[in-house]
Amino acid sequence: MPWSSYPSSHEAPPVVRGEPCSRIAGFLFISGLVLVSSFLLSAAPQKRLAVYSVAANYFLPVMQRANHDYVALLELLDPLGRVNAKLDGRRWRIRYNNVEGEFIAGQNRARIQGRVADLSSIFLIENGRGLVPVASLSSLLPRFLGGPVTVHEDSGRIFIGSIATHFTASLAAGIPPRLVFNFSSPVSPSVSTEPGKVHISFTREPVVAPASSTLTFGSNIISSATYSESNGLAEITVNTSAPLMPSFGDNGRTLTLTPASAASQASSPAPSSPPSAAARPAANSPANSPPSPPSATSPSSYPSAPRRYFAVVDPSHGGDDRGEALSSTLLEKDVTLALARRLRQELENRGISTLMLRESDANLSSDQRAVLANTNHPAIYIALHVASGGHGIRLYTALLPYGNGDNGLFRSWSNAQSSFLSVSQGAAASISAELQKQQASVRIVTAPLRPLNNVTAAAVAIELAPAGSDLAQLTSADYQQLIANAVATAIAATRDKLGATP
Amino acid sequence: MIPRHLVIAVAVLLMIVLGMAVYVWQMRGRAAAVPVATSDARPLPPPSAGPTEQLTLFVAYDDPGILRAQSARIPLPAGRQQRAEELLRALLALYLDKSSPHAIGVGAEVRSVYLVDPGLAVIDLNAAFADTHRSGVLVEELTVASLIRTLSANIPGILKVKILVDGKERDSLAGHADLSDFYDVSAVNQLAIQLQSVP
Repeated sequence: MPWSSYPSSHEAPPVVRGEPCSRIAGFLFISGLVLVSSFLLSAAPQKRLAVYSVAANYFLPVMQRANHDYVALLELLDPLGRVNAKLDGRRWRIRYNNVEGEFIAGQNRARIQGRVADLSSIFLIENGRGLVPVASLSSLLPRFLGGPVTVHEDSGRIFIGSIATHFTASLAAGIPPRLVFNFSSPVSPSVSTEPGKVHISFTREPVVAPASSTLTFGSNIISSATYSESNGLAEITVNTSAPLMPSFGDNGRTLTLTPASAASQASSPAPSSPPSAAARPAANSPANSPPSPPSATSPSSYPSAPRRYFAVVDPSHGGDDRGEALSSTLLEKDVTLALARRLRQELENRGISTLMLRESDANLSSDQRAVLANTNHPAIYIALHVASGGHGIRLYTALLPYGNGDNGLFRSWSNAQSSFLSVSQGAAASISAELQKQQASVRIVTAPLRPLNNVTAAAVAIELAPAGSDLAQLTSADYQQLIANAVATAIAATRDKLGATP
Repeated sequence: MIPRHLVIAVAVLLMIVLGMAVYVWQMRGRAAAVPVATSDARPLPPPSAGPTEQLTLFVAYDDPGILRAQSARIPLPAGRQQRAEELLRALLALYLDKSSPHAIGVGAEVRSVYLVDPGLAVIDLNAAFADTHRSGVLVEELTVASLIRTLSANIPGILKVKILVDGKERDSLAGHADLSDFYDVSAVNQLAIQLQSVP
């Protein structure tokens, strides 16, 4: 550090023979340079790592040590499952779910489940935190998580599982032409404009590059779009000669950029409301107005974010958690998924936007299910279970555990459902009434069934048992359709009540 | 020719070795017997005879999916904790019977019940109990409600219950009923009322 060589004020300045003025000037120049560069460095954005997974999307700070990028492993794994770490001298042991890893400070070799893992640079321990090189995450994470992990090291983005959101862009015919982006999952980007460009920034969405990072459209108005990513952020920049108005459709899966003049002439409203306020354009200057400085909407924040889906449907179990083995070939996790697909279809047929928590045989813990539900702020959460025992349909609301546990403004995780219990019971009564109209045998009880007690919305679990003694009925399309139809009808009928939940 | 005194010395040494071997053999048998007697920390068996007491067991019936209050007379020890254990063992004996209305796996046991804090009861089940338990929301809920309601109905003063498996916390009984939190006895009593009504 240059400052350490600067003489203290209590010492006499060194006597310099020869050209004292030029030396002092040189010293002052270098000091000034150091001061300015350190100021610029401090103003530079903190390097970060974006992690995208089914459970959560989050950012972590990246630390530079000896010209290598490092990240804290415990913080990285924490939102994904149960993790704890123990420091024993220079040995740092970490346990993620059932996977154990051992790292030794100063060594570039670790052991995960007894197998050696090479690190690109040495492992560090700082304040009890184990730091691993970012360059080694592509080999370390799959061993802990037991699944595929894609690491974009240069841009600081990690994709856990098949989470990536792909997109296509095409110019829709018309005068003037419109640029239509289709995304494989709903997105909520921030849109900003500057003369000649529209920036679409994705902070929380795992958007990935198309086949070519530059797309050309052969139009004078919208000439091209380029995809780039850096520091945990993905961005699409559209080059245009006219101001563009963005609008969202298909529950956030479609983004259309329309030249402002055409948009203002159009008498019809946008195809559908944007999925969140964050997606609304903040600045779209008219064609004849002077250029305005770049502006952007703020990224969406979970607590204040508006509702993205009215209903969340949770096909319980999945992955290693098979649920009940209904027969030698029939597993609960498969039947819940089939039933959930029918229910989503019925809900969407009634205009109710629906999120399914798993579309495939994925592992999801109770906590992950609750987090996914809560971050989407639905009006109702519906968990689906199937059982071989008993008859008919059981509807469950949460049996809350002992104690309140709320701490000031912070709500207890175990009792998060407490404020929503009455509306959950109302929803269960409504579903029960509709099922009874279909001559189904229905019963409502409370149950100690996670994650019902962790959900901050109306939350109901439905357990489907065969109406008679034939287990094959559980997979019958007619039986499932009857249930899905009745549940969707009940939710649609109480849409207004559910929408007004606290 | 071996000197006579050397023969005598060798014979004496051989006799000493044999004597020592016999002594060590005896000591080994005694040492093996002593720890068994001292390390057996199992609770005293309940009185198999003697005065019996009238109790209420809340028994789960799978077929209609309900709990039924059932009177029983069983001999109970004097200690509060031992009474709690024997109470639940009597309930499990019903479930382990061939004609059980709510069958549980062979080898299922209540290891201990701890009344550690005013109002807190900890039920420690063995691994076989949870590992062999049938999976399903209602069937697991019936088990939990049956255990807790039976305990709270016969041992006054219990406000919350924690269920452990083999002395450790477990996420759920068999994939559904949550075991990670403390059960609120008043909420379970309400649940038991719901479960007592025939659907």
